[in-house]
Amino acid sequence: MEIILSIAIGVMTSCGVWLILRPRTYQVIIGLSLLSYAVNLFIFSVGGVKTNVPPILSEGGGHDVLADPVPQALVLTAIVIGFATTALFLVVLLASRGMTGTDHVDGRGEKR
Amino acid sequence: MNGWSHHLIIAPILIPLVAAAILVVIDERQRVTKAMVSLVSMLLLLTVAFILFRIESGPNGYEGVYLLGNWSAPFGIVLVLDGLSALMLLLTASVAIAALVYSLARWHAMGAHFHSMFQLLLMGVNGAFLTGDLFNLFVFFEVMLAASYGLLLHGSGQLRVKAGMHYIAVNLAAALLFLIGVSLIYGTAGTLNMADLAARIPDMEADRRMLMEAGAGVLGIAFLIKAGMWPLCFWLPTAYSAASAPVAGVFAILSKLGIYVILRLTMLLFDSGPSAGFGSTVLLYGGMATLIFGTIGILASQALGRLAGFSVLVSSGTLLMVLGINDGAVSSGALLYLVSSTLTISAFFMLIELVERSQDAGANVLAVTMEAYGDADEDEPEEGDGVTMPGTMAILGTCFAMCGILLSGLPPLSGFIAKFAMLSAMMGTGAIGVPPTAPVWTLIILVILSGVAALISMTRVGIRTFWTSLEGVVPRVLVIEIVPVMFLLALTLFLTVQANSAMQYMDTTIRTLSNPNLYIDAVRNATVVPGVDDGTGEGY
Repeated sequence: MEIILSIAIGVMTSCGVWLILRPRTYQVIIGLSLLSYAVNLFIFSVGGVKTNVPPILSEGGGHDVLADPVPQALVLTAIVIGFATTALFLVVLLASRGMTGTDHVDGRGEKR
Repeated sequence: MNGWSHHLIIAPILIPLVAAAILVVIDERQRVTKAMVSLVSMLLLLTVAFILFRIESGPNGYEGVYLLGNWSAPFGIVLVLDGLSALMLLLTASVAIAALVYSLARWHAMGAHFHSMFQLLLMGVNGAFLTGDLFNLFVFFEVMLAASYGLLLHGSGQLRVKAGMHYIAVNLAAALLFLIGVSLIYGTAGTLNMADLAARIPDMEADRRMLMEAGAGVLGIAFLIKAGMWPLCFWLPTAYSAASAPVAGVFAILSKLGIYVILRLTMLLFDSGPSAGFGSTVLLYGGMATLIFGTIGILASQALGRLAGFSVLVSSGTLLMVLGINDGAVSSGALLYLVSSTLTISAFFMLIELVERSQDAGANVLAVTMEAYGDADEDEPEEGDGVTMPGTMAILGTCFAMCGILLSGLPPLSGFIAKFAMLSAMMGTGAIGVPPTAPVWTLIILVILSGVAALISMTRVGIRTFWTSLEGVVPRVLVIEIVPVMFLLALTLFLTVQANSAMQYMDTTIRTLSNPNLYIDAVRNATVVPGVDDGTGEGY
């Protein structure tokens, strides 16, 4: 379980880093999305990976039958904020495409 | 602090939030109403910030801890007011009210929702200064960033959209680093409350400590991007010079927010124990690199906007180096420098636009720079109505000269006093009394050289603008545009006259900060308000 999660986070992060260094705006936004998925999974995993355990204390139950609820709350906040800012970035990207006639991040490149 | 004044701590967050909510629903055509709401909110904010500052600078002023939702410290989110945050709140309010008044002349009508975004930006900045919780800091940081994206794009135009796109991409990546850092710290230390974290760090086991330090390092990078440390700063001059004048004026505070968080966290978390001094080498040499880069940039820039953008870097570089030295006497000089340079740079950004109105657009070297970095603005805002300033050139020239003196740190203004306080402490005539080491000598030389570079640059631009301008075109400057600039410069004059009491305040602040136990105890001992709803359905 842990190994699959780590591989998933690692693959998404490396793809994301490669993509945000690319010159086309569409690649940058996909890269940022992939990175934010990786980060969200990472936040989720810092509480320890547990299955079939509720994030609330039950009567008579100890720490081992409890999934840490704090990372779950954090990841929810991070998802919402990440979604909003990515949407905003998409609008700016479209505006830039409209104004420069190219999808290069510096507005250079040949017009299409 | 007790009674009603205790609730004032949350007012710097609530006032702009309420104002922004009201402003969103007012129709865009009701400009006067919007301006009034915005202005009233700013005046309230300035008053509250001033009261909080008075409380903190009083004889028995220390930490006001505000428990949000009446939950005790490590479980709920706390707001903490101490000398440093009170100072930053007052600085923010002063800069923001000047930028707002300036924008009322014409800029606020150049696009939708200027006032709402402006208020939300202030809410984010104030919240980040007040919060005592790392994740809450992230939330306020994002509120501030989201508003700043909108403000940077305010006025539109190809140049702004391009600079805005880079700014957003860099800051989105920084936000992700922030999250990685915060979650690593939570995973290893098990808490996000800054005071609780500071208490736990000295007793951490070695393997966990390593991960925690990695997390703190990643977190630090996010703030260093905001503060503009080389090599994370290439976006900054372009973004700041592309922003409209009042927005750039208030952005001067954003880079100081990065510095503030680094100052707060290093002094709180890495004061003693095995992790003491974590990251100070990076800050010292990174600050030096930033200062060198900024100095070269100042000498190389031909457009005034970029000159101001690189001045932000010089200011950040100086502050980061001083944080790297981590010495009490130097740091209190640096706090004065922070206040003085923020006021100066903010005034300078707003002054630039007024000065450049007299220049024939695209007629001189400026055009070359514009071409290299993107196309010039196509649509400048049309002339606003209102009272024009008499003796325009004389007043503009005086303000420009004051900015030059402040940026280069020449006597008699506060820029000199702040640099003198820092340098004398570094040379050992101050409180430490030890001869400076090699890195400190490098630092002293760099600070002096950066001042010389600023002087050369400002003189060159000043001669070109005010002495040799042949056309004799006098720009049309409104009173409400020049008065904010004069207000900010008057504040630096006030700092100069009141330098003694200002330095005393900075000294006290730094002394309080260098004893993290005061902060930790204040947060831990904060008690919930009795008799209020405690979940059992009783109370009230």
